[in-house]
Amino acid sequence: MRIDGKGLVDRSQRVTFAFDGQPVHGYAGDTVASALLANDVKLVARSFKYHRPRGVMGAGSEEANALITVGSGAQQDPNIRATQQEIFAGLETRSQNRWPTLDVDLLAANDFAAPFLGAGFYYKTFMWPKAFWEKFYEPIIRRAAGLGALSKQHNPDSYEKAFAFCDLLVIGAGPSGLMAALTAARAGAEVILADEDSLMGGRLNGDAGDVGGMGGAVWAAQAVDELEAMPNVRLMTRTTVTGAYDQGTFGAIERVSHHLANAGGRPKECFWRIVAKRSVLCAGAIERPIAFENNDRPGIMTASAVRTYVNRYGVAPGKAVTVFSNNDSGHKTARDLIAAGVHVAMVIDSRRDAPDSGDYPMVKGAEVCNAGGRKALESVTYRTMSGEEKVATDCLAVSGGWNPSVHLTCHMNGRPVWREDIQSFVSTDGMIPGMTTAGACQGSFSTHAALREGAAAAGAALEALGMTVGAIEVPAAEDAPYNVTPLWAVGGKGRAWLDFQNDVTVKDVKQAAKENFRSVEHMKRYTTQGMSPDQGKNSNVGALAVLADATGRGIPETGTTTFRPPFVPVSIAALGAGAQGDGFAPQRFTTSHKASVDAGAPMIEAGLWYRPSYYPAAGETTWRQSCDREVTMVREAVGICDVSTLGKIDIQGADAAEFLDFVYCNMFSTLKVGRVRYGLMLREDGTVMDDGTTARWGESHFVMTTTTAAAGPVMRHLEYVHQCLRPELDVAMISTTEQWAQFAVAGPKSRELLNTLVNEDIDNDSFPFMGCGEITVQGIKGRLFRISFSGEHAYEIAVPARYGESLYRKMVTKAATMGGGAYGMEALNVLRIEKGFITHAEIHGRTTAFDVGMGRMVSAKKDCVGKTMSERPGLHGDEREQLVGLKPVGPVKQLTAGAHLFDVGAEPTRENELGYTTSVGFSPTMQSFLGFAFLRNGRARHGDEVMMVDHLRGVTTRCEVCDPVFFDPEGGRVRG
Amino acid sequence: MRLTCPNCGERDRREFYYVGDAVALQRPDPEASDVVWDDYVHNRDNPAGVTRDLWYHEGGCGAWIVVTRNTVTHEVLGCELASKVKEASA
Repeated sequence: MRIDGKGLVDRSQRVTFAFDGQPVHGYAGDTVASALLANDVKLVARSFKYHRPRGVMGAGSEEANALITVGSGAQQDPNIRATQQEIFAGLETRSQNRWPTLDVDLLAANDFAAPFLGAGFYYKTFMWPKAFWEKFYEPIIRRAAGLGALSKQHNPDSYEKAFAFCDLLVIGAGPSGLMAALTAARAGAEVILADEDSLMGGRLNGDAGDVGGMGGAVWAAQAVDELEAMPNVRLMTRTTVTGAYDQGTFGAIERVSHHLANAGGRPKECFWRIVAKRSVLCAGAIERPIAFENNDRPGIMTASAVRTYVNRYGVAPGKAVTVFSNNDSGHKTARDLIAAGVHVAMVIDSRRDAPDSGDYPMVKGAEVCNAGGRKALESVTYRTMSGEEKVATDCLAVSGGWNPSVHLTCHMNGRPVWREDIQSFVSTDGMIPGMTTAGACQGSFSTHAALREGAAAAGAALEALGMTVGAIEVPAAEDAPYNVTPLWAVGGKGRAWLDFQNDVTVKDVKQAAKENFRSVEHMKRYTTQGMSPDQGKNSNVGALAVLADATGRGIPETGTTTFRPPFVPVSIAALGAGAQGDGFAPQRFTTSHKASVDAGAPMIEAGLWYRPSYYPAAGETTWRQSCDREVTMVREAVGICDVSTLGKIDIQGADAAEFLDFVYCNMFSTLKVGRVRYGLMLREDGTVMDDGTTARWGESHFVMTTTTAAAGPVMRHLEYVHQCLRPELDVAMISTTEQWAQFAVAGPKSRELLNTLVNEDIDNDSFPFMGCGEITVQGIKGRLFRISFSGEHAYEIAVPARYGESLYRKMVTKAATMGGGAYGMEALNVLRIEKGFITHAEIHGRTTAFDVGMGRMVSAKKDCVGKTMSERPGLHGDEREQLVGLKPVGPVKQLTAGAHLFDVGAEPTRENELGYTTSVGFSPTMQSFLGFAFLRNGRARHGDEVMMVDHLRGVTTRCEVCDPVFFDPEGGRVRG
Repeated sequence: MRLTCPNCGERDRREFYYVGDAVALQRPDPEASDVVWDDYVHNRDNPAGVTRDLWYHEGGCGAWIVVTRNTVTHEVLGCELASKVKEASA
């Protein structure tokens, strides 16, 4: 029910939203929780395990009961705290974990079976038969127990990630946070002030007291106005700092558009990484409940939440409110209620020495021991020395004391310490480097202490940064004592709730202790205490106090469980923002991409690159037909293939040749200018790393190519070798992969084609095999290399990338008039297998130069990376699996890659395995499948027959072992 | 985690590529014994405490950096250019 004239919501703006399909009216500034309470809706949720009726319990992110699902279909968000979800016109919300409805939930039968469902029930009961767990028990339990559910559809919402930097990060914008931010901002520091609420001010908006002679909320609004006007301040509302990480890095989740009917292109959430030189934690404290029988009835709330609903939202959560407290803050609630004209039925204070304060009925030294009413609170029973009394009430405000929000201070392994005087855990200095704490989160619960400490903490932080802080005037505010006397659980027979979100009771914790789960970490896992989305924010300390009592230890000795990030649940969508769909892996396109797609070529992924698989011609129905045609076209006429994806590294410097001698196993210093050489690169452990050709462009200028896959790793390796091993060498290198478009022009008519496009005359003198040089293509300077990956007379022509598409289209058009055309990866693969050229299928990280038949390339005249280790015992000789060619000779003509080799007649078992196939393809040139394999002592076995067995695909083929060069072994064609 | 690249300043660790122990800088003589080479290529300490390792500023200037850090506290104690470290030890 609304209270006239109270609250900060905008009474001029009525807002209607839906809860379980029913329209609910509220005002701008309301949350779902405050609007439901204003409409006297008490029952808002069903509990996790027992389907108990539950109502709103808190007023912030610590809310344990009032979890709702927002939206529907693919966009539905489960487990949203109704206490944080702001209302807007058209907002659609639903209750969770009930069937068929919230009011009539048949699964509440669980509650009556409760004597059997305590801690450890699942572990003990569903043991037999074992096979039943996965198919039968687990699905039923999962259906019966739980919170909200995802839609299981693709989420169409947008999420974002962002970085921010500052001198001082202030976490929490209550009195201490606002004061810290003001102090730092006025001193000129770059300040970020983050608060998870939509309205900054923290408890100043929920409490009635004055600050600096005006209402606390007014003072907070003025402070926010001042901060907002300062260019060195970034205010981040609806932003929860979720974790503290190394070197001043913080994670934070901003709810960007959850509160908007129309997001206007904004993301739903943004995950921030905030880097701060210093930080002040002003996270406040969370009020804790007291456990007693049926203390989870709808209408039982924390005392501070009741004040928040009255003062901030102008809502009376009940017509006759009772207060139950073990400290002075319960009385604050009673006073605020009376000031707002709400009837206070009774204040029940567990302290015998409780102060007489106010004009409300009060009983001292009493404890609430039961609550009546099922779907809404109707009465409470309290116990005094003289017996039990019942009082009719529809709302109970409970204060069991306050737990400082130390969570973030513990994220780097720090442990909080127990303070007996306030019966709470607090952090100690230095738990997070560069972070100080202020106000309630370090156990100072008065408003004035919060203001004072906020200013002091910011001042100290700025001084540590070498900044000057002016005189700080702390405004006047209440500085009342706290006076807490411990009371965790009221004795009784029935179930008393600790963790409302996971349905853990005092009995469960005691049972854990009885079964010897005495460590707090064991108790947690056995009972699931604190393991729900709220991570036990308002229940963990109470639970460990009960455990301490049950095990006869003190609370400090019992200790806390580990606080880990995130402080509130963070959606995976926000953490993974930008990585959905196409964002999962960036796409790299060659300059000929569009031309290939236009030609109908299916594209295949090569790392991040996309390359054409084959170019289907009219009448071709299978890839093999296209591939065979393209191979024959290259062998008989001319083919064009984009090879720009290969890594290109420009290497220059007086010592460039010496550098290459050190990174390649073969010699490059003897290479003449204008010539190209094949090079093999080893890892330091002697394994082959990569291969490619390198051209000597000038005396101190080389142009290296790498394989597509290894372009990045080779660049990194070259920088490593230079900077870490040979910094004395005068050499520098840069990747130019993106700068040049490069095309293979292969086939007997390749030179004829080039001579129609290139200004210079290309002949065997100007461009002999393995020659290179500058050329001009229609006025554009380019590069020509006479190299071949097909065994044909071939070239690679390179032009600046912006001319790539144009040159490609011209060459393909020209080739077509000569009986040629474009060829794709399939044909390229067959061509190189025919010619015996290796790729990363062969140099796959376990093979050496010796294995691939290039052992003699490792120069004896110089040192190189990997040389010493390549000479190790075991890396040479008959026992090694060596590269060979395979040809089918039996009735089965198929070869497959990844198959295993056995002697003819041997059982195809692991013990008899002699090697494996790496690359295969059908050669239209030889009219046969051809393959590469690594075969034990293979080079000595040319002419032998072996069995290829592919256990996976069920293929067994009798093969002849041969040299891996199947086609033109003399190399007459490349020299053409 | 933040690392201070000697060329670029303090940067997020996502800009860096990690390889391992900075022992890699002390490449043995090609003629050194098998044991020495085995140690160099394969054997690494796994200290609980101060360690020095190599990071590559791949998303930045391309510098290889020797980072001294504490594996227990996660403190970063220093970042030096690997080339400078290597030259000083030569």
